[in-house]
Amino acid sequence: MIVVENIVKKFGGFRAVDGASLEIAEGSITGLIGPNGAGKTTLFNVVAGVLKPTSGRVTMAGEDITGLPPHDLFHKGLLRTFQIAHEFSSMTCRENLMMVPGGQIGETLWNTWFGRKRIADQERALAAKADEVLEFLTIEHLADHKAGQVSGGQKKLLELGRTMMVNAKVVFLDEVGAGVNRTLLNTIGDAILRLNKERGYTFCMIEHDMDFIGRLCDPVIVMAEGHVLAQGSAADIMKNEQVIEAYLGTGLKHRKKA
Amino acid sequence: MDILNAIVALSNFVLVPAVAYGSQLALGALGVTLIYGILRFSNFAHGDTMAFGAMLTILTTWGLQAMGITGGPLPTALLALPVGIAGTAALLLATDRVVYRFYRRQKAAPVILVIVSMGVMFIMNGLVRIIIGPGDQRFADGERFIITAREFKTATGLSEGLAIKTTQGITVVSAVVVVALLFWFLNRTRTGKSMRAFSDNEDLALLSGINPEKVVTYTWLIVAALATIAGVLYGLDKSFKPFTYFQLLLPIFAAAIVGGLGNPLGAIAGGFVIAFSELSVTYAFKKVVNYLAPENLQVDALVQLLSTDYKFAVSFSILIIVLLFKPTGLFEGKSV
Repeated sequence: MIVVENIVKKFGGFRAVDGASLEIAEGSITGLIGPNGAGKTTLFNVVAGVLKPTSGRVTMAGEDITGLPPHDLFHKGLLRTFQIAHEFSSMTCRENLMMVPGGQIGETLWNTWFGRKRIADQERALAAKADEVLEFLTIEHLADHKAGQVSGGQKKLLELGRTMMVNAKVVFLDEVGAGVNRTLLNTIGDAILRLNKERGYTFCMIEHDMDFIGRLCDPVIVMAEGHVLAQGSAADIMKNEQVIEAYLGTGLKHRKKA
Repeated sequence: MDILNAIVALSNFVLVPAVAYGSQLALGALGVTLIYGILRFSNFAHGDTMAFGAMLTILTTWGLQAMGITGGPLPTALLALPVGIAGTAALLLATDRVVYRFYRRQKAAPVILVIVSMGVMFIMNGLVRIIIGPGDQRFADGERFIITAREFKTATGLSEGLAIKTTQGITVVSAVVVVALLFWFLNRTRTGKSMRAFSDNEDLALLSGINPEKVVTYTWLIVAALATIAGVLYGLDKSFKPFTYFQLLLPIFAAAIVGGLGNPLGAIAGGFVIAFSELSVTYAFKKVVNYLAPENLQVDALVQLLSTDYKFAVSFSILIIVLLFKPTGLFEGKSV
């Protein structure tokens, strides 16, 4: 589905991503792990069009999408969420969801004045869809709350909800579970699994919680120092000596040996 | 004690002019605040954009007058306004394509864009002076007054007169209409909402599939309309002189910042706060005081806190005082 070939991203002299190549298979939930500073988020930003790579290529279903701006990628079905939840703080949760998708009928000056009825129809459909999504995420009671005022975990759910407003193909989740309590984490995990099974979403997620990864992801890709270190099932990865060295820490190694 | 005459004198010299001036500042500050909220920089070229819009309108007005078309009792400039807006929109869009877009692509820091806008300001400044000259232009025609001081006196029998100029009336009416339209647009229409979304969180707006170039284009179009209307109204009310518009930048920014940069409601409130404080601090209250004071306490002094030369100092004192207590402005604005 998504093929990343030899991506290099330099910030000045620092190579944040240094020749990373990986493949995200259609219909998979691919986990991306690695120590802090391994270049995971930078790689995400390159794939999602926020940063232009210094060199390398990204393709989606065979089509070269390297360096396309985020709103173009959105319309191709590639979506992402942020490590720190983003929201339109002055709008309600429902309105937040209704901002997606961009490029709606009402977004031209002409239609604003002369296409009132068509806009109203579309808005009604979107509002119904937004309510459906909020219900799916079990936060329907927050529909009319300002998004800036809901909790951090609920904002994460809202981020996930945004990807459900359109038929996304690939969704990149940047630490969707960070700073979220266990119960809410399970809700998010369930939502991801359901989206994957029922709607065929492909996911690629950066995560640090190995239990969460173990439950959702196959395969798991490990990054360190800007390139891909290892790839395999979650169980294999946890046994891999190199990975333990670079990321999981020696504590785990000793414990296993004992 | 003559409370009625005191109120009339105060209205004539402070309240009515302040409402008109406040409306002009509010329209100017709305333009500044929209640019700040959506394009994320302080547009120093705004005063000269107003001058450019007003200039185009004046030239069109002269053309219309030469053809014998006038607005009757209303100023002909109102008929010429659409031409002024269209021309200014073309200029702003061209400036955006040639100048600002380059810096946007580079993801330049806001402070760079501020300096860039100063460059644009000087160019527009020169452009206006080359075309229409640095001198004073009067272009208000039609009826001069809605009520003259004499009419008011005969109608009410008071010794103090209240004059309301046609331009003041037009200023207030058009400001109300424009502001109502703008708020309807920002809150009720899809385009307005995507502009708000863009202002709220640019990254997220992009990832929701909102096309940034479209949002930027609409912003410039709206700013062109706001700047031209503000410039024309100010010119009708006072007179048109390029340098005055350059100076107008100061109270406009003070208004936008006092209200909270990036917040349209704040820009309007800020405009009136600045206008009222400027006029009331620099007005000589002698007449009003003498109407209110008993006969043996009549004053000979002007009772003026500051000379009008200091009016810019007033707006900036207000600015500093407000920011000391509310660092993001009266209404929650944002800070980059």
